[in-house]
Amino acid sequence: MSHKVVIPIGPYHPLQEEPEFFRLYVEGEKVVDIDIVIGYMHRGIEELSEHKHYDQVAFLVERICGICSTSHPFAYVNAVEDLGKIQVPERALYIRTIIAELERIHSHLLWLGLAGHFIGYNTVWMWAWRYREPVLDLFETISGNRNHYAMMKVGGVRRDIRDEDIPIIRKTLDELTSATEMFKGAVMDDPVIQWRLKGVGILTRQQALEWSAVGPTARASGINIDVRRDDPYGAYDRVKWNVIIQKEGDIFAKTVVRILELFESISIIRQCLDAMPKGPIDADVQEIPPGEGIGRVEAPRGECFHYVRSDGTNRPVRHKIRAPSYMNVATNKVAAPGGTISDAALTLAAVDPCYCCTERTAVIERPSEKKIMNGWDLIEKSRQKTKHFLITRGK
Amino acid sequence: MITEKIKTRLKEQILDWFEHNPKRIYISVAPKDIRLISDYLFKDLGFRFATASGLDTPSGFEILYHFSFDKEGVVVSLKVLLKDKNNPQIDSLATLFPAAEWIEREMWEMLGINFVGHPNLTRLLLAEEWPEGKYPLRHEHSGEEGHGHAH
Repeated sequence: MSHKVVIPIGPYHPLQEEPEFFRLYVEGEKVVDIDIVIGYMHRGIEELSEHKHYDQVAFLVERICGICSTSHPFAYVNAVEDLGKIQVPERALYIRTIIAELERIHSHLLWLGLAGHFIGYNTVWMWAWRYREPVLDLFETISGNRNHYAMMKVGGVRRDIRDEDIPIIRKTLDELTSATEMFKGAVMDDPVIQWRLKGVGILTRQQALEWSAVGPTARASGINIDVRRDDPYGAYDRVKWNVIIQKEGDIFAKTVVRILELFESISIIRQCLDAMPKGPIDADVQEIPPGEGIGRVEAPRGECFHYVRSDGTNRPVRHKIRAPSYMNVATNKVAAPGGTISDAALTLAAVDPCYCCTERTAVIERPSEKKIMNGWDLIEKSRQKTKHFLITRGK
Repeated sequence: MITEKIKTRLKEQILDWFEHNPKRIYISVAPKDIRLISDYLFKDLGFRFATASGLDTPSGFEILYHFSFDKEGVVVSLKVLLKDKNNPQIDSLATLFPAAEWIEREMWEMLGINFVGHPNLTRLLLAEEWPEGKYPLRHEHSGEEGHGHAH
């Protein structure tokens, strides 16, 4: 006689970096169905966006996600530039591409580390995050910030990439290449990892199509899509690279896609650094005409979709935002059932649900005193760190 | 070209065809045709369902169903206008493809649009404590009071 038991995961759990609630229906150890409950992070950003002017919205949407923080402003500026038929200076397109690919690298490394941690392979976790750290340092060198870079603006970018930073970027990329080679061997050739991840959490090609999955989740199920190639933006049509496809649809395939994409990202950045022309970085847009525009970006997790409607004033009348996880998390409805409870924990993480884990220092504890830092303290701390960077790197 | 195919096949359903540029097509259609057209795009032509944008406008509730044809990088947005502001409703697409399930729930709770035939029209993002019949993305001109519950 089968007896269905409900196992709740979440909404708050030490293993989840963000609140999400999964209700697993199990028979014995086998998962037979799953309910996905979201909304614990809902902040009403679409509504807020209607009350900000076009320049402010870029900052607002940057705060949707702490990991792929540039994907949303990038998709947003693409949408507004589509709306207003705005020509962006060539150099700005290259800078945007470099920033977006650096972000993909650190995001994929973050996922790889978490995946290693979830399967109990903590060495991979330590390695991945150790190699992710220099990428965040690069962001700090380029933009002054590790996570919210504030590079995108309608018509261009806010900061140039200085000539003296380029050798630093190249050096980090060289180190990343050998690290990625190591991951490729240590993860993809490891028989234990293969045994744990192959055939687990399969999302078939047909299911991926029906649920309109995007990004590495879709590409690991044999669907040949990538916005960077299909609907080029930034400088992606000016460089050569490959879209990584796997057929199996299991967690191993998703891992392989992300690891191999690291090499492509590194290659794209190198080509951009070689080909980036001199010139202005901002079109200096004054007015947004009435109309509507759609902007898309291939975020680390897949297509990020923004729709903006303007009535000719300085604020959007509607701004629809669809993050890639919105499509991918929903696929757990079909990918998790059939496996065991312990498989489900991996399957749910395999789509790389978007974690907001950028909260850094809030409280500093000393043996004798406890100091709570406010926003200004953090800004001052950030300035000191940037100054330290400039000094140690000889500028 | 995929757009030519659509033009020929759906010539009776297309109320207005607006080409912002070759990769961004907006097609106005009647709400009653939405399932037929979506089915054709998704199943026959192999479009991917990206998402839908719901808007509260003075003349009614507008929904844009964004479909992506990735082989050509084209986004086709089907536009419908639900003129009855007191009782906005349209057929659900969630039974054609599950990708539409969440966004219809979201438009239901945010704008109060009823999706007829949706298998699970319940809240997606709003908290349980949020009052019934109050829709955060409705504009003031819709009037918060006097609106029937759209379910």
